[in-house]
Amino acid sequence: MNKMYGLCFHAVRQTAGLKSSRLLQRRAFRVSTLHRQQPFDSTLEKPQFPGASAEFVDQLEFIEPNVISGIPVYRVMDRQGNIINPSQDPQLSKETVLNFYQKMTMLNTMDRILYESQRQGRISFYMTNYGEEGTHIGSAAALNPNDLVFGQYREAGVLMYRGFSLDHFMAQCYANADDLGKGRQMPVHYGSKDLNFVTISSPLATQIPQAAGAAYAVKRENSNRAVICYFGEGAASEGDAHAGFNFSATLECPLIFFCRNNGYAISTPTNEQYRGDGIAARGPGYGMLSIRVDGNDVFAVYNATKEARRRAVAENQPFLIEAMTYRIGHHSTSDDSSAYRSVDEVNYWDKQDHPISRLRHYMTARGWWSEDDERSWRKQSRKTVMEAFERAERRLKPNPELLFTDVYQEMTPQLNKQRESLWRHVQQYKEHYPLDLYDK
Amino acid sequence: MFSKCWKTKTKKNPSPHDMFFFLAFICECLGPTQKMNLFQSVTSALDNTLASDPTAVIFGEDVAFGGVFRCTVGLRDKYGKDRVFNTPLCEQGIVGFGIGVAVAGATAIAEIQFADYIYPAFDQIVNEAAKYRYRSGNLFDCGNLTIRAPWGCVGHGSLYHSQSPEAFFAHCPGIKVVIPRGPVQAKGLLLSCISDKNPCIFFEPKILYRAAVEQVPVEPYTIPLSQAEVLQEGSDVTLVAWGTQIHVMREVANMAQEKLGVSCEVIDLQTILPWDTETVCKSVVKTGRLLISHEAPITGGFAAEISSTVQEECFLNLEAPISRVCGYDTPFPHIFEPFYIPDKWKCLEAIKRMINY
Repeated sequence: MNKMYGLCFHAVRQTAGLKSSRLLQRRAFRVSTLHRQQPFDSTLEKPQFPGASAEFVDQLEFIEPNVISGIPVYRVMDRQGNIINPSQDPQLSKETVLNFYQKMTMLNTMDRILYESQRQGRISFYMTNYGEEGTHIGSAAALNPNDLVFGQYREAGVLMYRGFSLDHFMAQCYANADDLGKGRQMPVHYGSKDLNFVTISSPLATQIPQAAGAAYAVKRENSNRAVICYFGEGAASEGDAHAGFNFSATLECPLIFFCRNNGYAISTPTNEQYRGDGIAARGPGYGMLSIRVDGNDVFAVYNATKEARRRAVAENQPFLIEAMTYRIGHHSTSDDSSAYRSVDEVNYWDKQDHPISRLRHYMTARGWWSEDDERSWRKQSRKTVMEAFERAERRLKPNPELLFTDVYQEMTPQLNKQRESLWRHVQQYKEHYPLDLYDK
Repeated sequence: MFSKCWKTKTKKNPSPHDMFFFLAFICECLGPTQKMNLFQSVTSALDNTLASDPTAVIFGEDVAFGGVFRCTVGLRDKYGKDRVFNTPLCEQGIVGFGIGVAVAGATAIAEIQFADYIYPAFDQIVNEAAKYRYRSGNLFDCGNLTIRAPWGCVGHGSLYHSQSPEAFFAHCPGIKVVIPRGPVQAKGLLLSCISDKNPCIFFEPKILYRAAVEQVPVEPYTIPLSQAEVLQEGSDVTLVAWGTQIHVMREVANMAQEKLGVSCEVIDLQTILPWDTETVCKSVVKTGRLLISHEAPITGGFAAEISSTVQEECFLNLEAPISRVCGYDTPFPHIFEPFYIPDKWKCLEAIKRMINY
């Protein structure tokens, strides 16, 4: 038992494998080092190493990974949307649950229309969220609106839940003059300062250590905010993931790591991505509390995220949630997943374990949603999406001057010269540049 | 504007490996001064920052006890464990974490223990920090991030404790790269980097940490970024360098005057990116000859960028080809360091060739 003496309180901490740790902590800064209080004593038959607090053993035995494998999957509903253990039903209001459902289906509708629009050459690229809507809405609903979100690229539902408008989604995909990102990035690289959603970047896992830093800064503000960081099971193989996990634990950050384990990283299945028990099993290695949940069960995702958030802020430590789900769609419009998986496999998830269906069953069982509601909602949501789509189509692209701004906060002399040189060139060769498509 | 304030006194202090001047600057307008070496001037800048900016935090490997070069001595005791703290041994984590701190609105000062070890953080610096503002349409930025790293040869550092990687970062729009030549510049430039609203990399010439001693103002002050400083005026040759090599160039300028009767204009570039093309070009228009010198390997080194720009802008003014005296295209060697470095004899020889062209 190691005792840590803080400024005005005591903390007792045990870190061991999968045992839940008991922590008595105030919401202030704990002394972060497990400092020895006793001097080294070679007469004791107990290891004296500063690096580990274990016992001696005289049997040669390797720890087998499957001893700590098989972290169970927490769920609230079965695949038919029935609550299994009533104590776990978050008992959200009808209004809240309907909102969950409408956000998930609106996302689904937007995905279908924008995927098609790429196929028709209207936008350059798109990534759908099919099958993972539950992970987005369940987790977003469990956060405070001012909690900071770092995402990877398949979390559009989080933004949608927070109120990002269809016009803004479309503007970014079309890179038109209404894009908050000023037309600089490929489609689906959304960002919103107002909604506390940090702009997406293509390099994978770079957001993970950044989330740890942001959480550390937010902790120092004492503002009761948390940070959540989304990533896929493939990105979790990056070095940045290891860095982010380790930093957040050692520096005691109020942070939720949310891993969407959807079975594939483009064409790479999970058995080629890792050999251990998924991502959740890595948490204890970093001294992090971890859980695995059914990502297609929006209530399980909600419950886990809510509790993780509460404790992360109260106890200043990170939590790892591995949400198991399935990527029903292709990786992106540049991918045809029939090249590496069977249609039957995809159909199973689409038809028999879909987050939207399961929630609908829950709602219809309570008489909250009928066939008529479904029909009219589908029609209405499609109409709303189409209207936004048509508006985005007509809008001009941003002024090419925006090619040169925001590199630095200020314009530099070199960039100014280059800007002027481009302007002169385009004046001379105007007919070769698509100026009519761009804002003046 | 700062050069008008300075009165300079120089004294030579030769040693087997050493070409450095200890320069004493006195400037009444910045308040009381204290004798500080370069690492102490860095500590002073960090102390000023932690005192005035409650969000500022300093982190990296071993910074808590004072740092392997003593740049952070005393700061943890003075400002607290939550503001000056060790991180795990992971450069990509240090910079990634620093970006996150900055994005959340706090001032992040990240230390990389040696510039030679900055490469694991290259992705975070180039793909993330440099592009944060641009790619988000100015919704987000990490302008509050400053990365500090010891830089340059030290006599025995060899491959992995001697590197000058500024050229790798010069190619990256969105960051600033700054290198001081001494304690007074170090404090002023570091404070400018910290307050600058763009992510900055501040390389500190490690050989000067103890060797360079000056009277440094105790109060905070800034030296502007992207402004080169003309240290001495001349009419025949322009010498451009940064960091440690400035001291070599000053000696070379004296030798050129004494031995060759050649008048040299010495320019400290100070900021590598974005660099002050105007000051350098204006000087070359006057002198017609340019020598650029750095320890980093010659191919693709920053002298190439300066050379290319100057020949574009000042072609008809040139009396001789632009000369670069740099490290060879080898890793930085251990026992061969005296042969590797761009010393005063190589620079003087290059000046002779330009004069006789």
